[in-house]
Amino acid sequence: MKIKSNIAVSDNGFVFDPNTGDSYNLNNTAAEILQMLKSGKEETEIIKVFAKKYDVDETTFEQNFYDFLGMLNHYNLVEENRG
Amino acid sequence: MKKKKLTIAVTGLNNTDNPGPGVPVIRGLRESEYFDVRVIGLAYENLEPGIYMKDLVDKTYQIPYPSSGSEAFLDRIKYIHSKENLDVIIPNFDAELYSFIKAEKELADLGVRTFLPTLEQFDERAKSNLPKFGEKYGIKVPFSKTITSYADINNLRNNFDYPLLVKGKFYDAYLAYNPEQVINHFNKITAKWGVPVIIQEFIRGTEVNVVALGDGKGNTIAAVPMRKQYITDKGKAWGGITIGDENLVALTKKLIAETKWRGGMELEIIKNVNNEYYLIEINPRIPAWVYLAVGAGQNIPEALVRLAIGENVQPYKSYDIGKMFIRYSYDMIGDISQFEKLSMTGEL
Repeated sequence: MKIKSNIAVSDNGFVFDPNTGDSYNLNNTAAEILQMLKSGKEETEIIKVFAKKYDVDETTFEQNFYDFLGMLNHYNLVEENRG
Repeated sequence: MKKKKLTIAVTGLNNTDNPGPGVPVIRGLRESEYFDVRVIGLAYENLEPGIYMKDLVDKTYQIPYPSSGSEAFLDRIKYIHSKENLDVIIPNFDAELYSFIKAEKELADLGVRTFLPTLEQFDERAKSNLPKFGEKYGIKVPFSKTITSYADINNLRNNFDYPLLVKGKFYDAYLAYNPEQVINHFNKITAKWGVPVIIQEFIRGTEVNVVALGDGKGNTIAAVPMRKQYITDKGKAWGGITIGDENLVALTKKLIAETKWRGGMELEIIKNVNNEYYLIEINPRIPAWVYLAVGAGQNIPEALVRLAIGENVQPYKSYDIGKMFIRYSYDMIGDISQFEKLSMTGEL
């Protein structure tokens, strides 16, 4: 999943969509995921990193992770031609 | 650079909860790099707040409503010109534009410049002509019909689903969920603006607006899109943000190129869930939120004045995305003597 290149993500988790003027507040976990997506990391890679770095099993994380990706899609924050 | 001294008259000083564009236009002019302006306020009512903003308005004259006849209106402008030697007038009300467009040549002969749409452009984009306008320029517009009497209201069911919008020819728009509400709004609107009343299909989506300036030759000198973030119960933007929607800018440029629009304009557009853009209204003048465009790097009032005095103005190439405006109300303290002077002499 590729985040639209014009979406601005601040270090503190504030996200701004310049195309619509919408803004979103992310918690630390979501912000970290978004930064990774923005830097071009693959979804499987992100799951591995989180399972290793935090006290969470891959299945639980994966479930929440895909929920979150669904949300990004819903708010039109991802490229239509997914890489 | 030495700034050029200009005397500019501005209407629309009613900076109320339904604000006129006068005060933000003046703020743009005051910040001009090119001009050192003396600002003459033209006011219809004694309590238009801009009259009392002494940092912005140097002197105000009352003017008669256009409905009192074009002769009285022009005589008053001529009188003000004889006192102030006006270089440019920027009218900011839809309802007065017709009179100013009609008087354009006469004013120009006196040395007073304006920069307004032609009568043809003004009429073509009128709310009641919007369907034809959309068809001619290949732009989606909501289905609409004009009505002039109660009898037409019962037949609306044949063409519309409820809710629908009931609009006055110049101002006001209300959402109606049934024929009874249409009757109510019809009465309210006709009492204020007369007939026709426009019935418009209600498009669900996000409202986005563009403030733009056309040079009359098909070039877009300025265009800044904005999304309202906070809307008053009158539907006016009380907060907004500039957005980087390239489709909106492209649509604006296409419209200006094809109509050869001359002057300021505001496009009101609804973007629906399928990302389709519906043009719901063209206001043939600068809107009250124009200061956001100034803040985002396009001083539209300044560019309009430069065009009015015949300068060659290059189009703005960019604007800052993510600039916001937040309106506020503010109590000024005046004195009855100011009010007395204005109401007794028509000048302050």
